[in-house]
Parts: sequence; structure tokens; C-alpha cells
Amino acid sequence: MEKILFAFIVGGLICVIGQILMDGFRLTPAHTMVTLVVIGAIAGGLGLYEPLVKFAGAGATVPISSFGNSLVKGALKEAKDTGFIGVLTGIFEITSAGISSAILFGFLASVVFKPKG
Amino acid sequence: MLAGKQTWIFENKPCIISSATVGGPFEAKCTIKDDFDFLFGDLYCGEDSFEKAEIKMLEKACEIAMNKAELKNDDIQFFLSGDLINQIISSSFTARTLAIPYLGIYGACSTSMEGIALAALMVDTGFADYVMAATSSHNAASEKQYRYPTEYGAQKPPTAQWTVTGAGAVILSTEGKGPKVTSATIGKVIDNGISDPFNMGAAMAPAAADTIEKHFKETGLDFDYYDFIATGDLGRVGHKIVIDLLGQKGIHLPQDKFSDCGMMIYSPDQQVFAGGSGCACAAVMTYGHFFNKMRKGKIKRLLVIATGALLSPMSYQQNESIPSIAHAVSFEM
Repeated sequence: MEKILFAFIVGGLICVIGQILMDGFRLTPAHTMVTLVVIGAIAGGLGLYEPLVKFAGAGATVPISSFGNSLVKGALKEAKDTGFIGVLTGIFEITSAGISSAILFGFLASVVFKPKG
Repeated sequence: MLAGKQTWIFENKPCIISSATVGGPFEAKCTIKDDFDFLFGDLYCGEDSFEKAEIKMLEKACEIAMNKAELKNDDIQFFLSGDLINQIISSSFTARTLAIPYLGIYGACSTSMEGIALAALMVDTGFADYVMAATSSHNAASEKQYRYPTEYGAQKPPTAQWTVTGAGAVILSTEGKGPKVTSATIGKVIDNGISDPFNMGAAMAPAAADTIEKHFKETGLDFDYYDFIATGDLGRVGHKIVIDLLGQKGIHLPQDKFSDCGMMIYSPDQQVFAGGSGCACAAVMTYGHFFNKMRKGKIKRLLVIATGALLSPMSYQQNESIPSIAHAVSFEM
């Protein structure tokens, strides 16, 4: 039960940060998304994101900041295994499932439902 | 006749012999729904794209205006039109259908009054017998071009406005029974450094205040001369600002007779943030609602100050502010 509460709070707070970026700092939705990904990447690189995931579970993995964390995690893991080139070859290792799913399911949804404004 | 530096007094009082307004499904629920000549039940107007839908609406408005005046395309000397779509294609493609000598104009949301001012000039000076001025805007087409396609579902702040889906057309001539165009004050471009495209009201208010000030100064009229004064689409935010700005210039317009088309057009249960906007906002309010009131004798002297934000998606991306303009036209029955 505690886990659900922490997931709710942490996930919500990350979204609040996003809303502040949009309303307060007047960033466009695209810039906001990119900022959150970069924050996640930097936090991940410094080893600060994994503890957050342990603490808040889906509250940390569902928001887009975790995408940045996964990018860095993949790059660093591959670099450790195969040397410097691993930064390039490994960056999409962990995130490939997410990216492919987004493209595939987005495509299927638009073919089936033909979304229009 | 030129009055001052930027006002035309039309001594021959060109007449609006017919006007037509067209709207979309959302407008079918607005406060002036009974003033429309035609309402489309579908945002696509039966076409494949929003841009084609806007062309269809503009053509429809022109067709109804000509039918009401019992004029054919050959009878009209000039067609003036402008809209918000890139390269004003709604107007150009409508001009293609009409086959009337065409002058494309761009004043963003001030196009309705810019068109009437120029049409009145042509008729007043004897350079045309019949001139048709028109304008249009389409909510989904504008969102796609200036902001995001509506299916993207991006958030909007409370200062944002709702582009009216509609079109308006008027035909001017030397003689007739309709409202007469008595003067026009052409606005200067004013830029006070506002750069938020989701807060156009604040960007356009200084231009409206400047044109209103020049109009009263150059015509020499009293501030309570008009039965009603309406700005185009300042919205709730811009309306408050223009009252302040005018107050600073020592101009106090009677509050019960001074409003804004963007604030008036939609009903409170239609969630349109700060109000309506788009070329069609001032156009359908003026050519439909206000002219109907004038024809029924409820308004004798009307001043409409249509306001336009002269930004482009590119200028915004290059961190430019939003230069704005306001054109004022006075009508008397």
C-alpha cells in the first residue's frame, strides 16, 4: 500500500515540475518534454535515478524522465562492456522496446481509429 | 477626404448593400447563432481538409452576399479578401472560383475592417460601383498552422483564445438601404514587446488603444457619439488592458457601450478561455449581428476596431515579439 502512495506522490511531483516548466518558465510542450528527459538522463548518470525507482516504482519509471535515465543506463552499460564505442551502440539498448512500441502502436491506432481534429 | 494623418472621411457614404455570414458547428451554439446566414454542421464542411473547408465557407459567404444583392460575378468590379492561412490561400482560391479582379489583403484578425475600409475607399472615390470584401478563419486550420494540430491535445493557458470557424462577406456600393460606411482610421503597427502567442489580447491592446485615440482625435467626435463601440478580438484579457491604456490617454469610453467581439460571440458554457478570435470573429459579429441590429434600428452609429496580431509561426520560433495593428471603421444607418 505504501508503494502505491509513494508512486502516486513521486509521479505526481515529476508532473508538477513539468507543469511549472510550461506555465512558469513558458516552455513549449516539446521543450518541457526534452527538459524532463535531460534531467532524468543527468540524474541517471549521477546514479540518483535508480534509488528513486526503488523508492517509488512506477512513479519514477512511467514519467518521461525515466526515458532519459534508460538512455544513459544503456550507454554506460555498453561502454563498460565494449569500450567507448559502447556509448553510441548502447544508448538505445534499453529504450528500444519503448520506442518501437510507441511507433508500432501509434501507427496501428491511427490506422484503426483514423484520429482527426 | 483625408482627416489628420490616417483617417478617411467618406463623404459619399458608401453603402453596405448586402452582408452574409457563415459559421461552423461550434458557432451554431454561440450567442449570435441566429444572425448567421448559413451554419455548417461539420468542421470539414464535407471536404477532405480543414483548409478546403475554409475555402468552402468563404465561397458560401460570398455566394449568399451576391444572391442577397441580386448581383452576378460580372457585376462586381473588385474582390478584396484575406484570411489566416499561409499565403492567404482561402482568399485566393475563392477568388479563383469567383473570377472577379482580386486584391489579397492581410491584416490577421483586423482583415474584416481593412477590407471594408479599402472597399469603401474605392466606392467613395468612384473607382468602383460594386466591391465585395470578405474574410474567413477556421479553428482547426489555424491551430494546425500557428500552434499544434488539435488532435495533439496540447494544454492552453487561460489567456488563450478560440479561433472562430466562419466567414463573412459584404458588398459595398454607392447607393442602397444598408448601413453606410462613414469613416475609417487606418492603424499603425504597434509592438509593446509581448511575445506570447497564447496571450494575443495583451499584444493587440496597445494597437487598439492607439487607433481609437487617433480616430477620435482626427474625426473630432465626442466619446459618446457612437451607440456602440466594439474591438475585434482582444478577449477578456485584452479588453481590460485597452480600457487601462485608454484611461492613461485620458479617454474614457462609456462602459455599457464598449465591448469586444471576442468576448461577445461565445456563450459562457462554451469554454473558450479568454474569448473568440480569428478574422471571422469581428467579421461575423459585425456583418451579421451588428448590421442586423442597425437594420432593425437598434444601433444607429457603430464603431468597430478590428485588431490583428501580425506574427507568423516562424517569427515566434525566432523569439520575436508580436507586432499588432488595429483598423477602425465607422458605420451609420
